[in-house]
Amino acid sequence: MYRNLSIRQKQIVWAWAFLAVPVLFYSVIRFYPTGNAILISFQDWNLLGKRTWTGWENYIKLVNDPVFWKVFKNTFVYLILGTPISLVISFVIAYHLDKLRFMHGFLRMLYFLPFMTSAVAMAWVWRWFYQPVPIGLFNNLLASVGIPQIAFLNSTTNALPSVLAPAVWAGLGFQIIIFMAGLRAIPRSYYEAARIDGVSNWTVLWEITIPLLRSTIVFIVVFSSIGFLRIFDHVFNMTTNNPGGPLNATKPLVLMIYESAFTNYDMGYAAAQTVVLFLILLAVSLLQLYLLRDSK
Amino acid sequence: MGITSLKRAALAAATSAAALFAGAANAVEIEYWQYFFDARVAAMEQLIENFQAENPDITVKMTHFPYADYRTKVAAAIPAGEGPDVVQLFYGWLNDYVEAELIQPLPAEAFPVETIDSEFFPMVQAMKGDGAYWALPTAVRSLALFYNERLFEEAGIEGPPATLDELVETAKKLTKADGAGNLTQVGITAGMTAQDHHWFREVLVRQFGGEPYLDDYKTVNYAGEAGVKALEFYTGLANTEKVTAFGFMDEPQAAFKAGRAGMHIDGSFRIGSLNKQRGLKWGVAELPAGPDGTQSNYSSYWVNAVTTKAEGEKYDAALKFMAYITSDEAMQIWLDTVGELPAKPSVGMTEKNASDPVFGPFIRGLEYAHTTKFVNESGQRQVLVDAVERINLEGASVADSLAAAAEEEQKILDEYYNK
Repeated sequence: MYRNLSIRQKQIVWAWAFLAVPVLFYSVIRFYPTGNAILISFQDWNLLGKRTWTGWENYIKLVNDPVFWKVFKNTFVYLILGTPISLVISFVIAYHLDKLRFMHGFLRMLYFLPFMTSAVAMAWVWRWFYQPVPIGLFNNLLASVGIPQIAFLNSTTNALPSVLAPAVWAGLGFQIIIFMAGLRAIPRSYYEAARIDGVSNWTVLWEITIPLLRSTIVFIVVFSSIGFLRIFDHVFNMTTNNPGGPLNATKPLVLMIYESAFTNYDMGYAAAQTVVLFLILLAVSLLQLYLLRDSK
Repeated sequence: MGITSLKRAALAAATSAAALFAGAANAVEIEYWQYFFDARVAAMEQLIENFQAENPDITVKMTHFPYADYRTKVAAAIPAGEGPDVVQLFYGWLNDYVEAELIQPLPAEAFPVETIDSEFFPMVQAMKGDGAYWALPTAVRSLALFYNERLFEEAGIEGPPATLDELVETAKKLTKADGAGNLTQVGITAGMTAQDHHWFREVLVRQFGGEPYLDDYKTVNYAGEAGVKALEFYTGLANTEKVTAFGFMDEPQAAFKAGRAGMHIDGSFRIGSLNKQRGLKWGVAELPAGPDGTQSNYSSYWVNAVTTKAEGEKYDAALKFMAYITSDEAMQIWLDTVGELPAKPSVGMTEKNASDPVFGPFIRGLEYAHTTKFVNESGQRQVLVDAVERINLEGASVADSLAAAAEEEQKILDEYYNK
């Protein structure tokens, strides 16, 4: 039978033969659990007993849950604060690092190091930095010069930025590397032409560098947005005793999903939240595709 | 000669094979599951060894999992006819296991209800339902007041406080602050995230004249006058008496371990890790009595139950094993190996155990201990954590904050019981 196929058909057969493994892998590891999660979001299940069908009940509970809206807001605060701050800082560092020759490799390594460090270890070290006197580094410094202590984590207003800071810091290394690659890809001739015309540095930055970095910026914005929307390990480890606290001030959506599923054993409710998160991430990704297409 | 020896060898092989098969025909193998914790596994290994020596026809195979995977594995295995015949579970999970038909009641012939009622400490009666016991503990835990002997000596304090008033006075002497008024050493640790929510629920509320729950723990009742007084006392330790700070040194037990806290309320499971702390000299006392002399305590425990998977001869073997691991002998072994308290007064209240300087206060506490019937312990704890934070961070009044907490906790209970 194989013999009777045309060359084109044979190519297709072979292509599918090679694709079979990843396709199978993806269906079992990705698509089946995704579909299952959507199914569970319409059910009531405590992991032990039978699953019972409840229709939209989990979603109705979600809409009426004040904690969900608080958490929803937190998730976007992480995004809205985290993305621009990390974008600006990483661009400034990359821009200057690109011009620097002395110890360039060493400095680049230093900036990249936090990205390679375990988020759990980092979160715990920062958690201890933030403690009040007598063990917290920051507050000990403040106290030693006679400034009143700052409640970093034990405050409904300061806690979220305090948790966000190490997360931003940890992601910088990666963004700096991407920015530097983007800067290197800009043809030198543009800069030479600009210099011949006697244009100021500021104009070069605004008219040449940033416009030509557009696709790099879009990539970093989308990439870090997804990262901040999914923030979990920093928050969880810095607030383990009272996850997402105080008073849900730092709780992101992923942490609420985790708690619903594995401390309250309400799998249906957790799945419903997961579906919401999935839709948010889908929207962000589609926006990415749209913007990237536009930039070409 | 060569041939004879060969024959003999063949014969020997045949006989031993026959013996092996005969042995296999009589032997029953049952499986026991628990979560992984070094000392618990070691203690259970010893119990299994003793049990098998007494019952040569039964083999017990123990499997253990990390705590985080435990529930998932049990839930997946038993309905599939796999997994344990005897399983260990937290007392608070009993309802879930019963409803999911993972465990079966213990038969009255082997485990008569009246005998268990009279032989075990009273809080074990929470494991009773539909006229039978569903599960039984080998060991139980309770709370006590840990105190730092070095700091006591340094402050010239003679002994641990016996009442709540003395507790405040003692704590005042143990508190130290730097020039700016920042606490550098606390008199007593505070934090609802640790064991304090048990201390509040079952001890302080009762000592101020209240009853924390009604209707077999289905109705929250601590928002009344007694509860408000109890929470005022508790938050007052930090806010008016200034003998503690919430979140001091991150975690209460860390502060005590580091020698920066004079007193600390914690469970008997903390003994092991405190013993490992070099340079820390500590003692234990019963929880201080209330204004009218009321003593109370909170007790929790892990229980063992026979699963629905055990049938026929495995069922019989599982019952025998259950009987052994809840025997006096097993309890003493558990106390000596794990440091968890015996579940029966006949073992706990022996002269030696009840007057032990470390275990004694915990064991004496068991006599008046209560066991909260949690439906979701971490959820119900969170409610009290939030109550204290509303007072400390948002300036809410104690009464309002506690009323809100009671309402939230009632919602958790209703959602569970009215399913």
